[in-house]
Amino acid sequence: MKGNEALAEAAIQAGCTRFFGYPITPQTELAAYMAKRLPKIGGVFLQAESEVSAINMLQGAGAAGVRAMTSSSSPGISLKAEGISYMAGADVPGLIINVQRGGPGLGGIQPSQADYWQATKAPGHGDFHILVFAPNSVQEMVDLVSHAFDLSDNYRVPAMILADGLLGQMMEPVEIKSSDEKVELPKKQWATCGHNNEREHNIVNSLFLQANELERVVRERFERYKVIEENETMCEKYMTDDADYIVVAFGATARVAKAAVKDARAKGIKIGLVRPITLWPFPKEELKEVAVNAKSFLCVEMNMGQMVEDVKLAIDCSRPVEFFGRTGGVIPTPAEVLEQIVKLSGGEQ
Amino acid sequence: MAVVFKKPNALTDKPTHYCPGCTHGIVHRLVAECIDELGIEGKAIGVAPVGCAVMAYDYFSCDMIQAPHGRAPAIATGVKRSLPDSFVFTYQGDGDLAAIGTAETIHAAARGENITIIFINNAIYGMTGGQMAPTTLPSQVTQTSPYGRNVNEVGYPIKMCEMLSTLDGATYLERVSVDCVKNVNATKRAIKKAFQTQIDGKGFSLVEVISTCPTNWGLSPNAALDWLRDNMIPYYPLGVYKDSTSDKEEK
Repeated sequence: MKGNEALAEAAIQAGCTRFFGYPITPQTELAAYMAKRLPKIGGVFLQAESEVSAINMLQGAGAAGVRAMTSSSSPGISLKAEGISYMAGADVPGLIINVQRGGPGLGGIQPSQADYWQATKAPGHGDFHILVFAPNSVQEMVDLVSHAFDLSDNYRVPAMILADGLLGQMMEPVEIKSSDEKVELPKKQWATCGHNNEREHNIVNSLFLQANELERVVRERFERYKVIEENETMCEKYMTDDADYIVVAFGATARVAKAAVKDARAKGIKIGLVRPITLWPFPKEELKEVAVNAKSFLCVEMNMGQMVEDVKLAIDCSRPVEFFGRTGGVIPTPAEVLEQIVKLSGGEQ
Repeated sequence: MAVVFKKPNALTDKPTHYCPGCTHGIVHRLVAECIDELGIEGKAIGVAPVGCAVMAYDYFSCDMIQAPHGRAPAIATGVKRSLPDSFVFTYQGDGDLAAIGTAETIHAAARGENITIIFINNAIYGMTGGQMAPTTLPSQVTQTSPYGRNVNEVGYPIKMCEMLSTLDGATYLERVSVDCVKNVNATKRAIKKAFQTQIDGKGFSLVEVISTCPTNWGLSPNAALDWLRDNMIPYYPLGVYKDSTSDKEEK
């Protein structure tokens, strides 16, 4: 199944019944799949007049208490930044898919990871985080979709799947848990779905004109973020137990990096891979642990090194952190990464 | 003792923050009276704008959402498409609806979204202190048109009802005013008709209410009402701009 279509079907199986989007490459197949499938199951597919409207429709659906999503690619995500900030500020859950392409500006349509900073540091204005998941296969995209929906609902924090054009366009065998039973969604006592004259009115709102009140609300949200950091961080460690050197890579790039790590091991280089699966929360503890025995680190990314500072901070700059990346839509090859690994290990083989 | 006049149930007890003489209070009350009379508070979800009415979420006693600037029709679309049996209205000013939210307004109308928009046109940005709005009249002085709106430089006001009336998707469009008792009564009839359009599943309805902003117009409440009658109504003629309620099938 194609990655983009698998994301869509996985969302439907996770109980997502509303989709709002705007056409953009390379996420196209996702929306097309939803347009075909959702009306058949009593859901709603709606093509919005803009990315701005699509994210606000998502906010409306999320506020109404239903499971909903939007998808886009990099330039479209920039337009959604306003709505993402409002959703975060009003504690409205929802899933946003970013099938990344090269930037800045209109950039290109080839795979990229150049929205790492946007997703993890500033998906909109103000003091907030969103959950960011970085799958590395079609199967993992599928598995993370329902997980992302669940966490978004449970913590009332918007969630993003940070995929890329490679994963979106890739065809891989995939297993999607399908069930005929309706997905049981958590009760949302806070939702604005009509009070039916049975309770006080609910308000979904991000405006707090009193500074002390806004500070209280933001601090409460950061308490929730602390719980998320403690409980929901995900990462894969590969051959790190005896590793002198560590490659850190996420998403599709981690597959290239893993191939290079295997090749380097064959050459006798003691190297391992740490693959953050959640980019926020970032797997700081896991990196700190492997740093105890590692001599140095190498970040491999499809951008100009956006994750490097997070790795440095996670290990308190206790080891050198090198970088190798390709950008603009160029995909690094295992041979290129292997060359960097050999260089990192000082040629010792 | 017989009660002859009381606050509608659809309004909360919270005192509003509106300036003396501002007509938002009248329109809030009319909206609430219509909600009461149609018995729809329990299934109503209101969407507040950014602008003077931003805190409408505290004043209406139905469920409320506060939208980003101009995005209320998109939020309302998301709600209505999720809960088709609910009753969804937005309450927006001219900057919100006719400048930053123009696309959202036009496309909600074009889609025939089964929602109702209450559009307050007072020809100025009130909340931020009186800047030129898309509906500011030619030669009208505002903070950002201190020498009067020069149409050769910044163009002409947008007549929303006229523009939206060209769209097949729009079902009911009416422009009213709240400058006198007769027009206040007409405004209530228009709001009720627009709400009924939605309840009957007949699609997009919008009521444009020509309103005053004494504070930012620099006029007393009474002088503001005179200015409205002398300047705004001639430019924005009152009336029904579109009524296809009898042609449209129930959604």
